[in-house]
Amino acid sequence: MTAFWFLAPIMVIAALGLVFARKAVHAALCLAVVMISLAVLYAAQGAPFLFAVQIIVYTGAIMMLFLFVLMLVGVDSSDAVKETIGGQRLAAGIIGLIFGITVVLAIGQTVSGAVVGLKAANGNGNPYGLSELLFGKYVLAFEFTSALLITAALAAMVLAHKERLTVRHSQADIAARRMREYAESGRHPGPLPAPGVFARHNAVDTPALLPDGSPLESSVSDSIVGRGQVRQGFEDDIDRLVEQVGDEQPRDESFGGEK
Amino acid sequence: MNEYITLSLILFTIGSVGVLVRRNAIVVFMCIELMLNATNLAFVSFSRQNGNLDGQVAAFFVMVVAAAEVVVGLSIIVSIYRARRSASVDEASLLKS
Repeated sequence: MTAFWFLAPIMVIAALGLVFARKAVHAALCLAVVMISLAVLYAAQGAPFLFAVQIIVYTGAIMMLFLFVLMLVGVDSSDAVKETIGGQRLAAGIIGLIFGITVVLAIGQTVSGAVVGLKAANGNGNPYGLSELLFGKYVLAFEFTSALLITAALAAMVLAHKERLTVRHSQADIAARRMREYAESGRHPGPLPAPGVFARHNAVDTPALLPDGSPLESSVSDSIVGRGQVRQGFEDDIDRLVEQVGDEQPRDESFGGEK
Repeated sequence: MNEYITLSLILFTIGSVGVLVRRNAIVVFMCIELMLNATNLAFVSFSRQNGNLDGQVAAFFVMVVAAAEVVVGLSIIVSIYRARRSASVDEASLLKS
């Protein structure tokens, strides 16, 4: 019972956090807290198999799926602050309160306090007892479950499938197009030169240098050019450093490339 | 015994209020998961009260169905998001004339 009284407030607070959290990721973390606490409560109630399944299936698989979809859809897609139906939140809160009180009173009166306990049922171990039920009395439901899982996997594949709108270019097509372009316009068929070749830096924003020392614009990514972040001046920190060091050490003029 | 059932009912109520209040489809879905978990707790508690494992088997089946439901539901949400660029339940109002 200690585990219960320790975990129950945490679970209720985390569940309330699920309702009130502004960001969807916070709500997901609150739900993970509830699920792990539930697993502990299962273990405390003589259900070690469900304890493991709860952690593996719920916190391991389902919560990860939720977080994955949150990342896909966008973490910042939080709720709109504006209510679309006036007074809906207040009404929902009141209805929820009434529902909660009703159901607690109704079920609290019907549930008797006598607890049989699972000592006898778990005699051969909890997984053994569960498997006896699962493969005996409930074997048909178990088979239907497998059909359900296969259907769900197929449905997910169908729903996540995206029709290709353009023709897929094979490697042979791309090679043929490159050679045709070379024949027509003289464009080099090989890959573009890497940035920084023969330059003083090999950073992506430094254009490669041609043998005559002029920068080669096509070696820098288009997006860097578009943002105007190409490093233009070559009179930068290395030159200053060489000047500072040059006072103390004899400078070897034959070493190092020309600009 | 009543404590476990009461906790399960409280969690179920919080989940149902969340479904009514939240606008983000994924959070609404998480609230449904909370309700399913609450019923699982009730199943396990009743199983202990009655001294047989049928309740635990029921909870196990709920978990399996919840896993299938999450897969299909989340892929529906993703495809709606791909078509409409929004995961808000208010935005999906195509049936409204």
